[in-house]
Amino acid sequence: MKRGTLTALAAALAALAAVPLWVPGTYYVNIASQILLYAIFALGINVLAGYGGLVSLGHAGLFGIAAYTGAKILAAGGGHLAAAAALAVTVLAAAVFAVLALRGTGLGFVMITVALGQIVWGIAYRWISLTNGDNGISISGRPSPFGLSLAAPRSFYWAAFVVFLLALLSMVVFVASPFGAALRGTRDQPRRMNALGYNVWMIRLVAFLFSGFWTGVAGLLYLYYNQFVSPQAVALTASAEALLMVISGGTGTLLGPVVGAGLVVVVKNVASAYIERWNFVLGAIFVLIVVFMPDGLVPGLGRLVRRSTARWRPQAAAAAIAPRQEARR
Amino acid sequence: MSLWLLLAVNSITLGGLLFLLSAGFSLIFGLMRIPNLTHGSFFMLGAYLATSLIAHGFGFWPAAIVAGIGVAVFGGIIERLVLRRLAGAELAQVLVTLGLSFMVADVCLMVWTGDPIRIATPPGLQGTTAMLGFGFPTYRLAISAIAIVVAVGLWLLLDRTRLGAMIRAGVDDPAMARVAGIRVSRLFTIVFCLGAALAGFAGVMGGPILSVYPGLDAEMLPLALVVVILGGSGSLVGSLVGSFIVGFLYNFGQAMFPEIAYVVLFLPMLIVLVVRPQGLFGRQPA
Repeated sequence: MKRGTLTALAAALAALAAVPLWVPGTYYVNIASQILLYAIFALGINVLAGYGGLVSLGHAGLFGIAAYTGAKILAAGGGHLAAAAALAVTVLAAAVFAVLALRGTGLGFVMITVALGQIVWGIAYRWISLTNGDNGISISGRPSPFGLSLAAPRSFYWAAFVVFLLALLSMVVFVASPFGAALRGTRDQPRRMNALGYNVWMIRLVAFLFSGFWTGVAGLLYLYYNQFVSPQAVALTASAEALLMVISGGTGTLLGPVVGAGLVVVVKNVASAYIERWNFVLGAIFVLIVVFMPDGLVPGLGRLVRRSTARWRPQAAAAAIAPRQEARR
Repeated sequence: MSLWLLLAVNSITLGGLLFLLSAGFSLIFGLMRIPNLTHGSFFMLGAYLATSLIAHGFGFWPAAIVAGIGVAVFGGIIERLVLRRLAGAELAQVLVTLGLSFMVADVCLMVWTGDPIRIATPPGLQGTTAMLGFGFPTYRLAISAIAIVVAVGLWLLLDRTRLGAMIRAGVDDPAMARVAGIRVSRLFTIVFCLGAALAGFAGVMGGPILSVYPGLDAEMLPLALVVVILGGSGSLVGSLVGSFIVGFLYNFGQAMFPEIAYVVLFLPMLIVLVVRPQGLFGRQPA
C-alpha cells in the first residue's frame, strides 16, 4: 500500500474513532453505531460474495441465529456466556448452511441460501414457543463486558468501533494470506485450482465459516444495540439489504462493504424520515446500482481518481489500470 | 368428512396452485438460467389486479384472465427493459428481480393497503359436490381440474408444437439452438410472459382460498423455489410432482406439527439436494 493511501486510511480511522466527539447529537452517534454493525455484517458477506464468488441470500438467517441465541441465553440468565454461545451456535449453523449450499455453485448456491434463510425466518416467525413469533424477544439492558457499561450511545459506539477494527484487521490479514489467494483462485478458476491439488470444497467451507463468524458478531451487536430481535431481522429483505451494501460499495474490495453500509444506513434513515416507502427506495437503488454501476462505488470512484491522476503520471497510471482490467476478464 | 380426507383435498388444491405458479418459474429457470425472484410478486399482483377488476364489475373468470394478461404484459416489460440489458450477467439479473420484487410489494401495499382482501368464490362453484359418499368443496375440485387442464395444455405446447420444440432446444443447449437459427432471445420474452401470466392467474385462483395480503409474495416464492429444487428445473413433470409433494407436506405438516410446518416443508428439499442435486426429474448439469 502506498504511503498516501495509508495516511488517508489512518486519518479516516481517527475521524471514525472520534465520531462521538464531533457529531452533533446522540441520534447521529446511534446512526454511526448502526453503520459500524452493518459494516461488520457486510464485511462478513463480502468474504463469500466478493472473494469466493458465492453470493448468499441467506445470511440474515445466520445474523438472526446469533441474535436469537444471544437473546434466549440472556433471558435465561446466562450473562456473559450468551456472546460465546451465540457465536458458537452461529458458526455451527454456518457449517450446516455451507455443507448444504455448497452442493451448488453460482445460481444453485443462491437458491439454496434463499431457502435456508427462509427456514430460519419460518422458525422465527412460526415456532412461537421458541421465538415468541412476530412479537420478538426483548432483553433487559445491554450487557457490560469487562465491567464497562455500554448503556450510553457513546460507549456503545466505541465498543462497536473496537469490534469493527478487529473485523477490518482480520479482513486485511485474510486478503493478504495464502488462504485469501486460494479463495480468489477458486472464484476465478475452480477447475484449475482443483487440478493444482487444492481442495476447492474445503476452501469454500472455511470461507463460509469465517463469513458466518463475523455475521454472527454483527447479529450479536444488533441484539445489544436494539435490545430486541424479531423475525424482521431474519427476513429475505434483511439479507438483500446486506447484500446491497456489499454490491453498492464494491464486491471484493476491502472498503467497499464499509462504504456501502454507510450509504444504505444513511439513505434508510433519511428516506424513512421523509417517506414511508423505504422498501420501494431500497428496491429502486438495488436495480439502479446493478444496472448502471455493477462493480460498486469504491472501484467506480477509484477508477475516476486514477483517470484524473493519469493526466499527471501517465505511465504509472496506465500500469495501475491495465492489470486490473486483465483480472476482470 | 374425516380430517385426513379434508387435508388430502386441501393438499391437492395447494399442489394445483403451486403447479400453476412453478411451471412458469421452472421454464424460466430452465431456459434463462435465472431463478426469477419476482415470481411471487406476479402471483400477488395478479390476485390484487383481480380484486380491483371484480370491484369494477368484472366477473370472476374475465377478471382472472385479464389479470393474467396484465401480469404477462408487466413481465414482458421487465424482461425487455431490464433483464435484456443485463443479458449474460445472470447474477445481476437475479439481483434485479429481487429489487423489483421489493418495489412491486411496496406499490401493492400503497395501492391496496395492508388489509387482507378476499376474492369471493365464483358463483356456481360454491358449496360442496357429493362424490363417493363425501361432500367435497367444489371450488377446490375446480382448481385441481384447472391445474390438470393447464398441465396438459403446457405439455401439448412443449411436446407437440414448433414453439415448444424451440423452447426445449433452448433449455437443452441455448448456444446450439442459436446456431440452428432459433431466436432464443425472443423465446426468453415469450417464456417470461407465459410464466408471468400463469403466476398471475394462479394468484387469482388462490384468492378465494388464501385471500390477498401483503407478504403473500414472500410466502409463495420459497414454495416455488422448493418445488423447482425438488422437481428439477426446466422439467414440467418435475414441477407437477414437486408441487403435489409440497402441497401434501405443507398441509399435513401444518396439521401435525403446526409450529415447525415450515421446517417440515424444507426437509425433503434438503434430502434431495444431498442425494440428487439436480432434482428428481432434472438432468445432469452440462
